[in-house]
Amino acid sequence: MNQKRQFTARRFAFSSFFFTGVTGLASFLIIAMLALILGNILYNGMGALSWRFITGGTQQDMFDVNKAGVLPMVFGTAARVILMTLFVLPIGVITAIYLTEYASGHTGITRFIRGAVSNLAGVPSIVFGLFGLGFFIHFVGQNMDSLLRPDDPKPLWGKEAILWASLTLAVMTLPVVIVATEEALRAIPQGLREGSLALGATKLQTIVRIVLPQALPGIMTGGILAVSRAAGEVAPILMTGAAYYMASLPRSLTDKFMDLGYHVFILSTQSPNIEQTRPILYATVIVLLLLTFALNFVAILVRAHMRKQMRLFA
Amino acid sequence: MTESIAPKVAVEFDALDSAEPNSPGAPPLILTADLSLFYGKNQALKNISLGVREKVVTAFIGPSGCGKSTLLRCFNRMNDLIDGVRTEGLVEIAGQNINSREVDVIELRKRVGMVFQRSNPFLKSIYENIAYALRLHGTKSKSHLDDIIEKSLRQAALWEEVKDRLHTSALGLSGGQQQRLCIARAIAIRPEIILMDEPASALDPIATAKIEELIFDLKRDFTIVIVTHNMQQAARISDFTAFFYLGELIEYDATRKIFTNPAKKQTEDYVTGRFG
Repeated sequence: MNQKRQFTARRFAFSSFFFTGVTGLASFLIIAMLALILGNILYNGMGALSWRFITGGTQQDMFDVNKAGVLPMVFGTAARVILMTLFVLPIGVITAIYLTEYASGHTGITRFIRGAVSNLAGVPSIVFGLFGLGFFIHFVGQNMDSLLRPDDPKPLWGKEAILWASLTLAVMTLPVVIVATEEALRAIPQGLREGSLALGATKLQTIVRIVLPQALPGIMTGGILAVSRAAGEVAPILMTGAAYYMASLPRSLTDKFMDLGYHVFILSTQSPNIEQTRPILYATVIVLLLLTFALNFVAILVRAHMRKQMRLFA
Repeated sequence: MTESIAPKVAVEFDALDSAEPNSPGAPPLILTADLSLFYGKNQALKNISLGVREKVVTAFIGPSGCGKSTLLRCFNRMNDLIDGVRTEGLVEIAGQNINSREVDVIELRKRVGMVFQRSNPFLKSIYENIAYALRLHGTKSKSHLDDIIEKSLRQAALWEEVKDRLHTSALGLSGGQQQRLCIARAIAIRPEIILMDEPASALDPIATAKIEELIFDLKRDFTIVIVTHNMQQAARISDFTAFFYLGELIEYDATRKIFTNPAKKQTEDYVTGRFG
């Protein structure tokens, strides 16, 4: 009997080789799809992309490659995303604070809220659009009109507006912010809260001065995800504020606005001359991608700065 | 009165060494009577009655799960934070029932400070870690803050090591330094009592020795209750020792007596290392 253990491989490890191949191929497919999409867009759109295109408007002809521009849409999209962030961050963060810091773990109410949050995340975006139209414009807006300006037959609040579009998007992205903030708050050691409370700090002081500052990068991550999700969405704003055409930029919260995503839809379906419009269609998509990227990039820079501050000192 | 201080101290010291700690006489600063605590249906403390004297070090020893940390956390109502905790019986500090409705838990925690097993400095500078609670409790002036912070750091034997980097992150300190910072943070608000929950259990022997020296110095100004797993530590630094087992107070006496001539067999077995 041979008592010595042999460490030599007995056969070619076929299964290992096979699964490395399969998983690798699947990953490669993702990269290939992304490259294909970006390549197609850049190939078709770069020709029409120019400074005049980015800084121009649509007053002359929105379908003519030599005359059309996208500045009003860039402005509208950026404005609605920033407005949405202002609405969604405070509400989402406060909800997450309630769920992690105040509500006790497994009571009916927290389970109900968490269920509502996950269901909210699963609702199709067009439903949010309808909700925005029904709730914000018809219910909130029209009631504001009849209460605040009963003598004026022309609606001010009870019509499509960038305010309502942003609020609708805020409702849509709320789950993203809540979940990210909850995770950030949960990641903070209980010992820090106890340390603060043991010094005679109130719960609120502990949350505001110890817990939240440390959770800020995680909260920013929620904001970044919300911006990414909202920037390209068209369905929720279709019925709540996006305009087919406007002669000027929106000047107040009650104005409608032009939007890059919606404009892509218009260019691809409403043009009298599809061949001539195609280059600006692709160029508009490039601008939309760039804008989304830029908004994210700013948020990521801010977050990186915060993390660095935290490592270095107070 | 013409009484001099020296003999008085000596007399007290003798009294402490020999006296039964539960005995009447000088009223204890912390007093529990028939204190029971439940986590849900699980009883963690069973009818604990003991008194903790002022300006001495009292050690709680016992095997894991014996309830010593739980009892410690009753003294600043830290157990309030845990869902489903219910207590019965009485906890008095300086004659006041701290579980009564009139007690402001914030005021209580200002008077009863705490140092935790795992050092928990805030994500702030060394200076701000101490200034945090001072500001919350109303100290605004910069020079006043500077004074208290220096004094606290000196008292925590940390000043010399950090005086040149007060405004750098507290997380850059070593484990032992972080724990001394937490002690400095606790004493800065001048509590009467400092509760220490295994403050040196995560530290190396040198850092542990520093903490022990510190505790020895601090008992001049503060009443210290310390939970420890380390029996040598209890023997070295405490004046009184209480031994707990399975939620019950088995024996409580002068430390010298507990370690040399315990009254109960269980205590003897534990301190001689036969179980635990």
